Amino acid sequence: MITTDILIIGAGPTGLFAVFEAGLLKLKCHLIDALPQIGGQCSEIYPKKPIYDIPGFPEILAGELTDNLMEQCRQFQPGFTLGERAETMEKQADGTFIVTTNKGTKHQASVVAIAGGLGSFEPRKPPISNISNFEDHGVEYIIKDPEIYRDKNIVIAGGGDSALDWSIFLSKIASKVTLIHRRNEFRGALDSVEKVQELKNKGLVNLVTPAEVTSILGHNHVTGVTVKKSSDSDEEFNLMCDHFIPLFGLSPKLGPIANWGLNIEKNAIKVNNSLDYQTNIPGVFAIGDVNTYPGKLKLILCGFHEATLMCQAAYRIINPGKKYVLKYTTVSGINGFDGTRKEAPKAVVKKIE
Amino acid sequence: MDQDVNITILDRNGVSHNIDAPTDMAMNLMEVIRSYELAPEGTIGTCGGMAMCASCQCYILSNHDLPSKQDEEEAMLSEAFYVKENSRLGCQIQINPEMEGLKIEIAPES
Repeated sequence: MITTDILIIGAGPTGLFAVFEAGLLKLKCHLIDALPQIGGQCSEIYPKKPIYDIPGFPEILAGELTDNLMEQCRQFQPGFTLGERAETMEKQADGTFIVTTNKGTKHQASVVAIAGGLGSFEPRKPPISNISNFEDHGVEYIIKDPEIYRDKNIVIAGGGDSALDWSIFLSKIASKVTLIHRRNEFRGALDSVEKVQELKNKGLVNLVTPAEVTSILGHNHVTGVTVKKSSDSDEEFNLMCDHFIPLFGLSPKLGPIANWGLNIEKNAIKVNNSLDYQTNIPGVFAIGDVNTYPGKLKLILCGFHEATLMCQAAYRIINPGKKYVLKYTTVSGINGFDGTRKEAPKAVVKKIE
Repeated sequence: MDQDVNITILDRNGVSHNIDAPTDMAMNLMEVIRSYELAPEGTIGTCGGMAMCASCQCYILSNHDLPSKQDEEEAMLSEAFYVKENSRLGCQIQINPEMEGLKIEIAPES
């Protein structure tokens, strides 16, 4: 069991900034995120795109913002459960909550702050009628263990970075790799595109474009796929394979949070915005893009404000009746949980003679 | 208002909506759909309008001469589902006065 003061669901910008604000109040945080890396949408969707409305940053790349937020909260030693999706939340007799992930990891905290953005990122599944029959029986939307593809015949579909990168990687261990894409152009990083071109020229990757997979063959396990060439003739043919890996990116879904008994409106969690961004369940807060209230704006800068007020309310729940006064970091400095201290340099007092 | 254009939008349930869209607010088709809440929040405009998610895919039903696709839109549509000849990403279509009478259908969620 992982125990902490504030359990934050979602390691995007709002969740990361909440760690900093909580740290100033000597509250420890642990974050759960379905993605294998921190940053949320900023790292998953647009790490190399600029943002122009972060106060104090005329222009900053989303990936840099993530790095900066991590650096800013590092001394408060947040814990992370990455690559796991928060599945259930149960209130305990002592008022704490236990949140369990899809992999069974349990977390206990007095306060839960849902900073889940648009939800957890799930693979986009192509609309092939019989595909669900083969999930985990030769169809995988995410590559978890590349070793299962050793000496196997693999078909990958998709035109982005993950389709290219996995084609390159698996060409080294699989017996055969076929990459299928709806057009001849790929939109991955240039060196990945060039590498696949080179592998194709050497006959190490079998490229089928422009084409798409229209159905899956097999009984209990994938034995092949039907491929439709999107040229004038519209010819269809069967391609034998052991695994079919569709890599069409991820899309966010609110997911299990929707079943936690929270008030949901327009795919977002209703909160009390006049006070502390608490939900209808006392002790459970929702901050950032995942919440809604009259006049809500889904902006990173609004998430920062919401995170700050949430931490004040969390302090009062965790330390009932205890006095607190707002302190300015410039005046008080920052005492990290790791023993570090940041502070403003003392003024030099020296006589001029 | 003379700056508005009249657009017909078929939502994902097949219901037709006749709406006015401003031409002077730098809005795109995805934003117009969201402002009228013709698709549930969270199911459209996921990436915010960067041509990176295809959640705002539309089918153009009228014969309007729309600005042609840029590379990013073309690339995203080549990875999207339920794509047809007349598919466009709503976020890449800026509303302008020439779009009076435009008729579109919102593509299924994927």
